[in-house]
Amino acid sequence: MPDVIETQPIASVRRGFIFKHRLSTRLWHWVNVITVFIMLMSGLMIFNAHPRLYWGEYGANFDPAWLELPRFPGWATIPSMYNLALARHWHLAFAWVFAFGLLFYLGRSLWNGHLKRDVALSKAEVAPAHLWEDVKKHARLDFHEDDTRYNPLQKITYSLVLFIILPGMVLTGLTMSPGMNAAWPWLLDLFGGRQSARSLHFIFASGIAGFIALHVGLVLLAGPINGMRSMITGWTRIEEKAA
Amino acid sequence: MSVTRRMLLAGGAASLVSGCDALGSNPSFQSLLRLGETGNFVIQRALSDRMALAREYRPDQRSPIFRANGTRTPPGDAYSAHVAEKFANWQVKVDGLVARPQSFSIAALRAMPQRSQITRHDCVEGWSAIGKWTGVPLKLLLDAAGLQPTARYLVFHCADMMKGETAYYESIDLIDAYHPQTIMAWALNDAVLPVGNGAPVRLRVERQLGYKQAKYVERIEAVASLEGVYGGKGGYWEDRSGYEWYGGI
Repeated sequence: MPDVIETQPIASVRRGFIFKHRLSTRLWHWVNVITVFIMLMSGLMIFNAHPRLYWGEYGANFDPAWLELPRFPGWATIPSMYNLALARHWHLAFAWVFAFGLLFYLGRSLWNGHLKRDVALSKAEVAPAHLWEDVKKHARLDFHEDDTRYNPLQKITYSLVLFIILPGMVLTGLTMSPGMNAAWPWLLDLFGGRQSARSLHFIFASGIAGFIALHVGLVLLAGPINGMRSMITGWTRIEEKAA
Repeated sequence: MSVTRRMLLAGGAASLVSGCDALGSNPSFQSLLRLGETGNFVIQRALSDRMALAREYRPDQRSPIFRANGTRTPPGDAYSAHVAEKFANWQVKVDGLVARPQSFSIAALRAMPQRSQITRHDCVEGWSAIGKWTGVPLKLLLDAAGLQPTARYLVFHCADMMKGETAYYESIDLIDAYHPQTIMAWALNDAVLPVGNGAPVRLRVERQLGYKQAKYVERIEAVASLEGVYGGKGGYWEDRSGYEWYGGI
C-alpha cells in the first residue's frame, strides 16, 4: 500500500471498500501465523519432557502437581518424534521473532495511533448496557453493523491478548531461564517463582490457542473471503446497508 | 461440513509437522535455528553482571525431596570400590593449561574454605528442585593450579560411563568458572553428597541448567578451545543430542 494511505485514518473509502489494516498490522499478523504455530507446537514438545505443572519456585516428580497431562501426540508437536533438544532450538530461535515482532508491533501501533484510536475502549463502550448489546449482536452472528471499527468485545479481546497474554508469554518464558533469573531477579517475584512462571506460560499459551480458535471461527462466520482480503491487502468491503 | 473442516485442520497440522520435521533435520536450517542460541548467550551475557548471583533461598523453601537425575549409580567396579572406601582414595585432578597441575583428595577439598548456598536446580526438562549445596569455590582450585593465559574453558571429566561407552563430560567458560557461586560441592542439604546426586563431588554452576552440573568429577582440565574435546561441542548431551552448550536458558 502507498504511504499516503498508511497515514490516513482507518476509514479511507474507495468504491465500496475501506482501508482497515495498516501494513504493520498485516505484516505482524502473517509473521505470527507462522511463528505462533511453531511456538505452540515446539512448546508442546518441550512440555512433553515433563508433562506436570506446579506452583511456586520448585516442583519435580515427588512434589504435588496441579496439572498432569498425557504427552501430546506427534501431530501436535515440533518435531513430531520426541526430541527435546531440537524442540528447544525451534522454540528459542522463534522466540526472538515472537518477542521482537510484538515489540515492533506495539511500538509501531503506539506511534501511529492505532492503539489509542482503534483498540482503546471508550467509557461509553464499557458501559454494561452497551457491552450487553454487543454480546447479543455476537450471539445473533451480526458482525457487520459498522465495519470501520472494532466492536467492544473485539477490543477487550485484543487488549487482553496484546497487553496481557503476549507480553506474559515472553516474560514467563524469560523467567524459566536460570541466566535471566540472575540478571533480572524481579522476574521471579513478578510471577511467584520459576514453576509458577512455567504454569502461567502454559496457561497463556492455552489462551493463545483459544484466541486462535475463536478468531478463526469468527472470521469464518463473518466472511472468510473479505477477512482474508482485508488482512492481505488492507482493504475490506463494506456491507451494503438496506434502506 | 465440520468433519471436512476438522480433516482439513488435521491435514494442515500434519503437513505443517512433516514440513517442520524436514526443515528440522536440514543442517543449514539447524544452523539458522542455532543463531537463536548464539543470540541468547550473547544477550544474556550482555544483560547480566558477570558476578550476578543466582537467587538463594531460605532453608524452609527447599524441596522436601531433591530429585536425582541422569546417572543414579555409575556403573563399574572402580566406582563401587570408591563407594566401599567412602571415597577415601578419590582424587580430583586439575590439569591441562595450568602452571601447577593439582590433585585434591576429598579430605583436602573439605579442608579448604567452604561456601554453602541454597539454590534452585533447573532441569532442561522443566522441573526444579531447591537444595543446599556445600563445597569449595572452584576459583580456589584454579588459583592453586594457576591457569595459563591461553586457557579459555574448563572441561569436567566424570566417572559415570554413559551407555557403557563414554564418560560424562561438561564444560564452562572462565566467567562461570570464577563466579562466586560456582563450587565443587561435596554436601547436599548438610549431608554427604549421595551417590545419586554425584558423590563424592560435583560441579554447581548456578546460572545454568541441570545437565551442566557435572557429577562424579574426577578431573578438571583447562583448555584453549572445545574443538578437540570429544565431539567438539563441549559436553556429553551437547555432542550426543545437540543440546545448547550455553545452558542459561
